[in-house]
Amino acid sequence: MGIYPYIVAAWLLGVGLYGVITSRNYVHLVICLTVMQASTYVLLLSVGYVTGGKAPIFADIPTTSSVVDPVVQALSLTDVVVEATVVALLLALVIQANKRYRTTDPDRMNRMTD
Amino acid sequence: MNRSRKVAAAVGLLLVIGGFVWGATGLHKFGNYNFRYGAIVAKDSVPDRAAVNSVVVTAFDYRAFDTLGEEFILFISVLSVGVLLRRMREEHESDGDDVGPEPTMRGSESMRWLGAALAAPVALLALEVITHGTLTPGGGFQGGVVLMSAVAFTFLGGEYALVARLRGSATWLEVSESVAAAAFALLGLGGLISTGIFFENFIYKGQAGLLTGGFIPLANIAVGAEVAAGFLVVISELLYQRLLSSD
Repeated sequence: MGIYPYIVAAWLLGVGLYGVITSRNYVHLVICLTVMQASTYVLLLSVGYVTGGKAPIFADIPTTSSVVDPVVQALSLTDVVVEATVVALLLALVIQANKRYRTTDPDRMNRMTD
Repeated sequence: MNRSRKVAAAVGLLLVIGGFVWGATGLHKFGNYNFRYGAIVAKDSVPDRAAVNSVVVTAFDYRAFDTLGEEFILFISVLSVGVLLRRMREEHESDGDDVGPEPTMRGSESMRWLGAALAAPVALLALEVITHGTLTPGGGFQGGVVLMSAVAFTFLGGEYALVARLRGSATWLEVSESVAAAAFALLGLGGLISTGIFFENFIYKGQAGLLTGGFIPLANIAVGAEVAAGFLVVISELLYQRLLSSD
């Protein structure tokens, strides 16, 4: 495996950022942002992985066994939920913008405020 | 896109990807994880906190202070969604074109039956996930989302009238979200008062079993209630927007 998970994380970040830059629609832009965010999950979880490690829940494994890092798992766990509400906030802003300017294209919106 | 913007975008993209590669080259190989903090947290959770799920112990006990920050991000996002969309709704309602007595858009009959049948079992599953966070994979964040989906199942059947009614109880949803957020912060204050350390686990932890882990189950319930109420506020506001734009 080596470095492949990190390559996946970099790819997701790059693809998402490319989408954000070239986006012509705010809804599309918000979705691209979630793709970028997905790269943080991949990165966090792959950083904490131990070869042969089990899930860090000691219900039916001895407390001495090798487990993956629980800290990064807790981080990505809260991250997922918080991201969902932040996306909802961004979409609410899109609705507001569409109501006011009758467009979801960032370029056309600039022209109208000039 | 004009030429100068293309150049600016390419430079930015290269900088971000270059920075990422530069940062990632210093990382250990995948699977060779060898840091002490995570290992100590994992090993300590059973003898120290009488809880077998060390992920939940990390999120709600050792790093509860960070979770408080995350929780406030969630709280403020939900608050902002409410503020943004409610202002539009008031504009719309004061426009004179009333929404009508009660909007009655109906979805398919089978979806309504499915939603009604699934709501109770899913709610039960949610309570199980929230309260057993210290024992099995689960906890407040996941269980809260499942609890929200139990209510959302009834929306799926196209019960728009129900959404309109939920709008009436939106205040209650927001109050319960705020109370739950405050409850989590109060748990931290409880630690501060009884031991002098913010978010110190101040409740008797017991032996690893059903109701153990000190205040971790309480923290899970508080966070679960906040997540469920917060998402319901967001969903009911967004669905109500759909209702406004459909007439």
